[in-house]
Amino acid sequence: MRYAETGFNLEVDLTRGNIERVETDPRDTELYLGGLGTNAKLLWDRVPPEVEAFSPDNLLIFAAGLLCGTPATGCNRTIVSTISPQTKLMAFSMMGGFWAPELKYAGYDKVVLRGKSPDLVYLWINNDKVEIRDASHLRGKGANETAVLIREELNEPKAQVASIGLAGENRVFFASIEQGRSSASRQGLGAVMGDKNLKAIVVRGTRDINVARPEEYMELCNEVLEYIKFRNENPIPGVMPILTGLGSPQEMQVHDEKWHTENFMWGNSRVRRKGFWTDEIERAWTETMESMRTRLISCYNCPMKCGATISPPGSPTYMMKCFSKLTYTMAAMSDLDFGLKIAQRATEYGLDGFSTPQVMAFALELYEDGILTDDDMTGIPSGNDERFFWLLDRIVRREGIGDVLADGTYWAARKIGKGAEAYAHNTIKKHEQLPLKLSMLNPIYFLMYSTGEKINITQIEGQFPQAPWPTREEREEFVKDWIQVPDERFKQYLLDWELRGENSIPYYPTVEMCCDIVDWQERMHYIDDALGMCAGLSSFPLKPPYHIHNYPKFISAGAGIEMDEEKLTQATRRYRTLVRANNIRRGMRRADEKPPENHWKKRFPELEKELLDTYYKFKGWNNDGIPTKETLHELDLDYVAEEFVKRGILTEADESPKEDPGQNESK
Amino acid sequence: MKGDKKTKIVKTIKIDVDKCNGCRACEVICSAFHATPKYSSNNPARARIRVVRDPLRDVYVPVYAGDHTVAECAGRDKYTIDGKEYDECAFCRASCPSRDDFKEPDSGLPLKCDMCESDPPLDEPLCVQWCLADALVYEEREEEVEEEVEQDEMEAGLEALATKYGLQKIMDTVARMSVSKSA
Ligand code: SF4
Ligand code: SF4
Ligand code: SF4
Repeated sequence: MRYAETGFNLEVDLTRGNIERVETDPRDTELYLGGLGTNAKLLWDRVPPEVEAFSPDNLLIFAAGLLCGTPATGCNRTIVSTISPQTKLMAFSMMGGFWAPELKYAGYDKVVLRGKSPDLVYLWINNDKVEIRDASHLRGKGANETAVLIREELNEPKAQVASIGLAGENRVFFASIEQGRSSASRQGLGAVMGDKNLKAIVVRGTRDINVARPEEYMELCNEVLEYIKFRNENPIPGVMPILTGLGSPQEMQVHDEKWHTENFMWGNSRVRRKGFWTDEIERAWTETMESMRTRLISCYNCPMKCGATISPPGSPTYMMKCFSKLTYTMAAMSDLDFGLKIAQRATEYGLDGFSTPQVMAFALELYEDGILTDDDMTGIPSGNDERFFWLLDRIVRREGIGDVLADGTYWAARKIGKGAEAYAHNTIKKHEQLPLKLSMLNPIYFLMYSTGEKINITQIEGQFPQAPWPTREEREEFVKDWIQVPDERFKQYLLDWELRGENSIPYYPTVEMCCDIVDWQERMHYIDDALGMCAGLSSFPLKPPYHIHNYPKFISAGAGIEMDEEKLTQATRRYRTLVRANNIRRGMRRADEKPPENHWKKRFPELEKELLDTYYKFKGWNNDGIPTKETLHELDLDYVAEEFVKRGILTEADESPKEDPGQNESK
Repeated sequence: MKGDKKTKIVKTIKIDVDKCNGCRACEVICSAFHATPKYSSNNPARARIRVVRDPLRDVYVPVYAGDHTVAECAGRDKYTIDGKEYDECAFCRASCPSRDDFKEPDSGLPLKCDMCESDPPLDEPLCVQWCLADALVYEEREEEVEEEVEQDEMEAGLEALATKYGLQKIMDTVARMSVSKSA
């Protein structure tokens, strides 16, 4: 018997309309756990680098994490993996909500889609009954709207729907997959779904999910709930409001936006507005939020309420979470009222809340500077807010300039030319980043930005404080009950970290410490993405209820796979390396691993080089960022090494051929 | 059946729909608790509490499974409260032929909230313990009542089966089963 997982995937060939229920190999679960881990293996095995994002041979995988559907609080993530049209690398965004557990209850761990349907369709999974249904009547419908219509036509109010809007249908490179409360937004997964002519996947399941050692498992779950209560009552002092507690950043509850509005950049990630947050603004924005927010809502089996239903006057209700609250507002230099209204339309279109506002601000900056002309922008309204709505409508329809912009700032700049590249200044690996421009290089963040393969800082940071508390007493207080550290030495790193003087950034934490810290933070995110756990209860916040010490127990008692910290770390390294292997095979190299030039004002080229050199070594990668044969062998990934040699990526001597220019320059 | 007057503890769960965030943790823990062996599996479709949840209309109603009923109501009710319209049957506790709620997914046998009956008894029902939003709050009070003989779970189940298949068929099946077991 398989525990926690169902042991079955649903393989769907959209070209032929063929559906198969396929039993999976339990040995793969031991090696790669599930979710992201086994997704990376499927992509490695079946999607060679010659296959482009919009090829019928590209796979689009919806995976429920290994522990989804068990009573573990907050374990509800769907990990969607494919090849991104924007980065041309492996994309693995994930979404919370209710979809993954429902898939488990229907009897499947993953839905693996290949091919391309001749007509617009949706997939209806109702336990054993799985059918591909016509969706031509849903063409152009909003993502939320689609979910409502499908539930009605199937008469299944309890079905969970993951759908795309117009942006996905028109293959906008930053189109999302929406699921009501949550979305998988980054790297254009929605565009791949649209390319496959798949409007939605609808699931209803009424089967059991078993755990291996019930009493033990429940005890672990109860401990986690107790710890959540404890953390809710004991916020962390001396950090900005959204970092005090658990959950995804509590943007829907917190009204104090001084930190974001004065430290993040406005417009096309250009302008810092010190002194912006006045009492008057605070009153106005609080009033806006309180009048439009109907309720704070949670994902499946979680008390944290990180999302909210928002009802802007005159527009339909939608659901929102996290930082998309501010991204539109700040890109447009507008107010929260505008931000919440345009986000409604963007959510129905199915768009990423990070990239979209930035692409629009980029376009307007080009227009102001005469690089985009009146010819490009025929019909643009004169009002600022109206211009954003106008651009949004053009982008999702790929009309006129919208067609160029729909590929994101990196590709759009190259198409526009005339110096537009300098305006696409905030991408890593071709993907738009948070609008942050800071002063002093932070060595930990330098490594995370450079090497993170989810290409989003929030998906690698967490666990280790972003900055030291000013006094040693405060730091001592923090480390007192810091049970989450993998080793006591991390406490020392923090204790000795000062805001100023010798032990401050950029030279402290030392290069070695930085490697250690980044590796820990990244490891926790990768574990979450395999188990299906919300980062908001694990890898993202300070002092979370799930950590490296209780995770092995959850896996042992839940999935019945004997696990300890070492074995879990090794498994995580394995599929983390496999994600990298997929990307290396697609041409990613050291040259691609760098934050935007202007991310920090004060840069330290020598230190940065040393950081990357040392981290690569620490990870068992060669100086070009390629996992060495020795590393691959240790991780039972000899098949990757063989392919690297066969493709000339590694020589027999474990070196990469000279002068490999990396992905940015070569393609 | 009438019995003697007697004080009895009335167990009440107070439901505050305004506090519900729709997480369905109550369904999760209820179904895990009632699995055999206890906590060995989990399946919200078997929970004895169901959350009627429709965020776009701001509808959140945790409903507890009450008694089984053989026939659906002749007329249905639709409530509007605070401008929100609730679906037919949204507040009803019955396991009834008109819907799938409160029935075992495979056998169709009715489910009923038993207040987490267990030995030793729990401090509070589990759905209440797992609802950190305080949408579910447990209360006990003493009341004088006429004692009634409660229909036990097996009888309720058998009655539902009898309605579905006819009594004779059940008796035949039981007879056949006992023959094959003893053979
Ligand atoms: S912590 Fe927030 S985002 Fe995470 S599962 Fe809970 S409600 Fe969802
Ligand atoms: S556990 Fe509480 S908040 Fe969550 S759905 Fe049930 S009643 Fe609502
Ligand atoms: S009281 Fe117990 S049996 Fe009744 S619904 Fe709650 S968890 Fe289930």
